[in-house]
Amino acid sequence: MAGSIPASLTVDGAGAPLRPQRSWSAEAWRRFRRHKLALSGAFILAVIVVAVLVAPWLWPVPINEIDFSARLQGPSLKHPLGTDDLGQDLLARMLYGGRISIAVGLTAMLIAIVFGVIIGAIAGTARGSVDAALMWLTDLFLSLPQLPLLLLIIYLFRDSLKAIVGPEAGVFILIVIVIGGFRWMPVARLVRAQFMSLREKEFVEAARALGASRVRVVLRHILPNSLGPVIVAGTIDVAAAIIAESTLSFLGLGFPPDIPTWGRILFDARDHLDVAPHWALFPGMCIFLVVLSINYLGDGLRDALDPRKGM
Amino acid sequence: MAKYLVRRLLIAVPSLIGISVILFTILALAPGDPFEELANNPNVPPEVSANLRAQFGIDDPVMVRYVRWASSMATGDWGFSFASRIDVDQLILQRLPVTLFILGASQVLALLIAIPIGVYAATRPYSIFDQIANTLAFVGFSLPTFFTGILFILLFSIHLDWLPFVYRTDLAETGWAWWWAQFKQSIMPITVLGLFQGASWTRFVRSAVLDVIRLDYVTTARAKGLTERSVIVKHALRNALIPVVTLVALEMPGIFGGAIVTEQIFRVPGIGSLLVSAILANDTPVIMAVTFVFACLVVFFNLIADILYGWLDPRITYR
Repeated sequence: MAGSIPASLTVDGAGAPLRPQRSWSAEAWRRFRRHKLALSGAFILAVIVVAVLVAPWLWPVPINEIDFSARLQGPSLKHPLGTDDLGQDLLARMLYGGRISIAVGLTAMLIAIVFGVIIGAIAGTARGSVDAALMWLTDLFLSLPQLPLLLLIIYLFRDSLKAIVGPEAGVFILIVIVIGGFRWMPVARLVRAQFMSLREKEFVEAARALGASRVRVVLRHILPNSLGPVIVAGTIDVAAAIIAESTLSFLGLGFPPDIPTWGRILFDARDHLDVAPHWALFPGMCIFLVVLSINYLGDGLRDALDPRKGM
Repeated sequence: MAKYLVRRLLIAVPSLIGISVILFTILALAPGDPFEELANNPNVPPEVSANLRAQFGIDDPVMVRYVRWASSMATGDWGFSFASRIDVDQLILQRLPVTLFILGASQVLALLIAIPIGVYAATRPYSIFDQIANTLAFVGFSLPTFFTGILFILLFSIHLDWLPFVYRTDLAETGWAWWWAQFKQSIMPITVLGLFQGASWTRFVRSAVLDVIRLDYVTTARAKGLTERSVIVKHALRNALIPVVTLVALEMPGIFGGAIVTEQIFRVPGIGSLLVSAILANDTPVIMAVTFVFACLVVFFNLIADILYGWLDPRITYR
């Protein structure tokens, strides 16, 4: 599992030359455009997301149509990505699995960000013991062995959740909550650090002097200004969540076998590597491409959203 | 130094307690009751099952159960594995050395990759070498370990037939042949983990060195006429390693995650694959114990990072 994906810490101290005033988003877009790899990452990601979304119209082959006459076949016209040991079409399964992998990534990221922003904002505005206690909790969570705990929680809660909301939704909810629940800490730290520095700034003081309430100062003035790094962290969290989900499925402890996520396809393909390498290569390449694109996208966003960087 | 160590150890105790509380809370919140089957079995009289419940203290308040569980863990009574029919601590002691060997060797490999490449790239920022290294690092940590493992097996075991893809502890060879077989079967797990960690650490090292190299004291060292090599190695690298140690310590939990996956791919009989097989066999005592061992290892490596920190940075005194 990836653990935390490192921050790009490129140091560029040069001051930006004076240029005409532009809106924040136009400026960010101008910076982002210059990062060619981030642009291509965004493009590849968009292609994969669109392909996965329109898949049923694009490739209307059922994911569970068993055809023993076409077992373990390599790529052909009839099956562009080949078939697995039951003769099921891999392209259809991959497109279906991509939906789940990407949905897991996005939902887990949202949970991590919402939770992280709330904890970080509380710690950053309340000083003293509340701040200390929340940061102790954050540090404690950071030192937890995530994958063993993920496995433990899924092992303990899987069956009862399945019974309540059905196998697919149950595993989805569980995986998303657990992955998101172990990824909020970096966001909380970032938000707290931003709050600590922003609350001393003149514009916040001005807002306070004008009689703005504490809630208004936080929601209208501090929070929007602290979201830049959160967006970057969130982007990279999507990649980490996709890897986490694939890891669980690859260990055979994620989604059940009838739901072919990319990690699950890899897990099934593992025992047939010698006769059907394509079966493992395609889902692996997909995970790799998506994660690489998201990482480059995050790198580009970091360059675009960090106003300290003159480009 | 001894005082500093004791203080760091004392600071580690609350985190261990916190982790054990979290672990126990998860277990206590989990639905299902170990005696459910007994209670539902018509052949077991209700008095017997009630007696058993009282004997194991299932109906005690959560706090009492936590204290009993924690104290039996602390005294070394880790329970009995349902699946393997031996004591859990025995089982873990059998499996732990392999895990530590693979993990340790892969971390050494990662450092051997990351430090030279990171430093070299940072001394020539934006050169061709830097750009290639940067791209490879991005590719390296975007490749999940389970996929690299499969690619390695495809290439080296199936296609080229150079390396075995199953790790065995009962090698038949003796003497030098044993060492050779051991070396051959260790290459792939160690490389898979090492390359992944090395890729992300290369970026840490590069940016940390880049930060330090522009500081005035490095210019001073150059102005004194020191060779470039000693400026970089003795002056810049040592300071640059301080943030790197922090980041590496923060990544420790993730490294154990990678170790579980790698052990599972290459069938290395370590505690990671023990955890996965225990989960598949519903072997709760083993699952709890292995998770706790992983947590202890994380705390232990954070402790080592703290000590390294004090050694690297003379501003941190051992008080």
